[in-house]
Amino acid sequence: MSTPESLRYAATHEWARKDDDGTVVVGITDFAQDQLGDVVFVELPEVGRKVVKGDTLAVIESVKTASDIYAPVSGEVVAVNDALDAKPETINESPYEDGWLFAIAPSNEAEYDELLDAQGYAATLDEG
Amino acid sequence: MADFPLIYERSRPGRRGAQPPRPREFDVAAALGEENLRTEAPRLPEVSELDLVRHFTQLAHRQFSIDANFYPLGSCTMKYNPKVNEEAARLFQDLHPYQAPETAQGALQLMYELQADLCAITGMDAFSLQPAAGAHGELAGVLMIRAYHESRGEGEQRRVVLVPDSAHGTNPATAAMAGYEVREVPTDATGEVDLAAFQAAIGPDVAAVMLTNPNTLGLFERRILELARVAHEAGALLYYDGANLNAILGRVRPGDMGFDVVHLNLHKTFTTPHGGGGPGTGPVGVKAHLAEFLPVPVIAKRGEEYLADVDRPRSIGRLRSHFGNFGNLVRAYTYIRALGREGLRQVSGYAVLNANYLRVRLKELGFRVPFDRVNMHEFVAQPPEGLKTLDVAKALLDHGMHPMTVYFPLTVKEAMMIEPTETESLETLDAYVEALRQVLERAAADPDYLKGAPYETPVRRLDEVKAARQPVLRYRFPEPADGA
Amino acid sequence: MRYHPHTPEDERRALETIGVGSIRELFDDLPAELRDPEVDLPPGMDEAALLDHVRRLAARNETRGPDFLGGGVRRHFIPSVTPHLALQSEFVTAYTPYQPEVSQGILQATFEYQTMMCELTGLDVSNASMYDGASAAAEAALLAVRHTRRERVIVSRGVHPETREVIATYLRPLGVRLDVAELSPLTTAEPNLGDDVAGVIVQQPNFLGYLEDMRRLTDAAHAAGALMVAVVDPLSLALLAPPGEYGADVAVGDGQTLGNPASFGGPAFGFMVVREELLRQFPGRIVGETTDVDGRRAFVLTLQAREQHIRRSKAKSNICTNHQLTALMATVNVGALGPEGLREVALGSVERAHALAARLEAAGYAPLTGARFFAEFVLPVALPAEELRSALARRGVHAGVPVPAEYGLGDAVVLAATERVSDDDMEALVAALDEVGAQRRPAVARG
Repeated sequence: MSTPESLRYAATHEWARKDDDGTVVVGITDFAQDQLGDVVFVELPEVGRKVVKGDTLAVIESVKTASDIYAPVSGEVVAVNDALDAKPETINESPYEDGWLFAIAPSNEAEYDELLDAQGYAATLDEG
Repeated sequence: MADFPLIYERSRPGRRGAQPPRPREFDVAAALGEENLRTEAPRLPEVSELDLVRHFTQLAHRQFSIDANFYPLGSCTMKYNPKVNEEAARLFQDLHPYQAPETAQGALQLMYELQADLCAITGMDAFSLQPAAGAHGELAGVLMIRAYHESRGEGEQRRVVLVPDSAHGTNPATAAMAGYEVREVPTDATGEVDLAAFQAAIGPDVAAVMLTNPNTLGLFERRILELARVAHEAGALLYYDGANLNAILGRVRPGDMGFDVVHLNLHKTFTTPHGGGGPGTGPVGVKAHLAEFLPVPVIAKRGEEYLADVDRPRSIGRLRSHFGNFGNLVRAYTYIRALGREGLRQVSGYAVLNANYLRVRLKELGFRVPFDRVNMHEFVAQPPEGLKTLDVAKALLDHGMHPMTVYFPLTVKEAMMIEPTETESLETLDAYVEALRQVLERAAADPDYLKGAPYETPVRRLDEVKAARQPVLRYRFPEPADGA
Repeated sequence: MRYHPHTPEDERRALETIGVGSIRELFDDLPAELRDPEVDLPPGMDEAALLDHVRRLAARNETRGPDFLGGGVRRHFIPSVTPHLALQSEFVTAYTPYQPEVSQGILQATFEYQTMMCELTGLDVSNASMYDGASAAAEAALLAVRHTRRERVIVSRGVHPETREVIATYLRPLGVRLDVAELSPLTTAEPNLGDDVAGVIVQQPNFLGYLEDMRRLTDAAHAAGALMVAVVDPLSLALLAPPGEYGADVAVGDGQTLGNPASFGGPAFGFMVVREELLRQFPGRIVGETTDVDGRRAFVLTLQAREQHIRRSKAKSNICTNHQLTALMATVNVGALGPEGLREVALGSVERAHALAARLEAAGYAPLTGARFFAEFVLPVALPAEELRSALARRGVHAGVPVPAEYGLGDAVVLAATERVSDDDMEALVAALDEVGAQRRPAVARG
């Protein structure tokens, strides 16, 4: 199960990556996609939506389960990965790259820094 | 092997089956208005009566059922559905809901007596037979609880419904539908509601506690009186999900345990057929302090006359049209009157006996029982280490037996929830054990065998991912070849 | 009677295996002070006595005689083959098809049902059926609220009064406002729309039997950004423009007229069919097509992640069961009748209703024929509707669904016809009406 060092993580299994322009790109971890199984549908937020850290922003459905995806940081949704509509399996195949879900322009820089690093996230998996 | 045809694929233009009364000459466009008529005829099957008979008879053969197969689905109470119930229901099937009530006194009397019977069985004070299913009865129950708190000026304050983490999915869904937040209460090591967590979760913001007893692990909540006391002291009402009533018929009553509201599933405890997914029926009963909120109609008796009482100003209203799923009320009434007081007590006795017998026998085979104590009408097991519940379930199908409920409750990993019911003989239970033994033996000899099961069924494992990713939800008619 | 098979020897063997001395011991977890309550029920009966008892109750009902009852339930002709096939043991005593390998019978029949409902309504996606027409309409109202995120629903007064009551029951706890669009005089006038309206719900034909201008109402709803919910009688769709043709987003209704007995109003089934775009907001079970590991076509419950057993408090609805068996009755029945037979049943009902209205006019009555009607229409009468209905019943005629006071039509009943109504039946009705003095005198007739 991979957990790239370059990313930040939430205990609820989202990863976050801060790009050069300051936007935070969000997806689900390799562990999460493996637990969910074959993803069949993704419900994404609208661009422009204002969010507070912890809000439910997306829903990922597999055949027998559905999982809420929470905003790891506060801000405004500036992009969503529309390609997932046609190919939801991308989340299984490429959770950290092509399977990203949405991008947020953060309103509070500190929240990103408070997220877990790869080691911290991996530790939460061991406990479970 | 060719695909089994759809009725639409058997269709041939111009072929027909039944002939209704022939309509007389009539200018339909003039009567209804050309603009109101449909421009394209619906594409419906055109088959002879024999084609139709073959089609649906062959479809029936592609289907497991209680009448043909042992069906020990936990929490579903798949017991034998007596044929006399069907005979009784037919006697009432031509009644129209808008008949003058004087011409429907038999039906109304039956409903009135059924209300009273269900009160006697559950220890409640009043019943409405209106809800069409268990979840529908739950909605009625939670809406009544809401109305009760509102009537006492506590509607705003009480925003939360407490639900054990092992509850049926309908409980939290119902609470949400009725406008409540859901708070889950964990299960403790004995498989019962964690009392300390319950005490911490209850408070002045809680409107109701939804429980089933025995719970979904098949265990009786031994501290039920304590739970009821704590809930009532906090001003919350206690809701009884009647899914598991079969376990306690005639032994202990929800009303006596302190429940304020109950719903029953007539298709579980009272043998109305499941019909492949419905119609069910979910009557709802209450203690006297909630009676005024019951959904309408409630059947009343004035003098010698039975009538539908709809003049109940504080009722939560209607949940469906007319009198509910009346046909099923006839079946349930027939069942209750067939068995009577003593017969109903025997139901719970033999249901619990059968379930415990199976639990012990499965343990002998190496199945794990996470809460290993005397259970009620059902129990939760896990397959031996290394086996997947799904694989064991699928392998059972090749033995002509329906699997148990799988992966429920959600709180037990690889859960297998088994409810044999009282109508099965020990020989049938032994045959189930033997089938499971063979499955385990086969799995040990050939680890890949289970992954491929079933082998002998009309179709084998399905691609459910494809079904969900590219939904095909109706037949696509072939395009006409000539474009006409 | 008893349905458990245990002999004393079985009981002994089971108890020994479990390691307890008696069945009673198995209940030791129950609170001692509450055990073995007095249950006030009569003793059991043998089958002969039981059937006598139930037959005595049934004999207190009277269903024979000319029949003009409607109001959402009509006693149409049902070919013998329909109940014979639909009520086979395998269909009646199966559970929900969660194990698709051994449930292809019900799953495929449901797929055929969904196709039939799409064809009849002209819309894209049908679920596997719901409880009844009224609760399906309420679920449609909730769907409109979810989809538009708006909090006002408009329902025409032409929607069956009980359906409106059910919609109100469902919307009340969520704080959604429910407004009524009035009739003027027999069909829906301009609804009071605004950009806060989630959905407009109109019944076709309406409760009184008359045809609404669905195209105009749909356009009005869409102009305000609301969903159009059409409550339809599925049998009428053999003749009438289907909801898909006039642009409705959701079709709901009660399927009783497609081959279910009246059964005192239940169980029949409700249906809901929607445009593809609404699929993700759609409540209830749905069957989809796929293949098995050998590549054979097979059917399975799909899109289950919307449902209560997975989403729990976040489900689209708490609905769990559908009305599988009664929906199957309709599927078989429509198969038996075929498109031509279904059309004949609808056409026969329309013809008979119009013949009845003409016969009443000829006899000096004034049925309301100011708007086009399908198989039901209103007859103003000279005495309270319930009294009239009882008086007719004493004369062996079943007729007269009361028109509630909210319609402002005075004493009036809805009369319905099916294709089974004979000329003699009509004469019997007219004679009975004459005998009880049902004719409103012109001087007191309103409107």
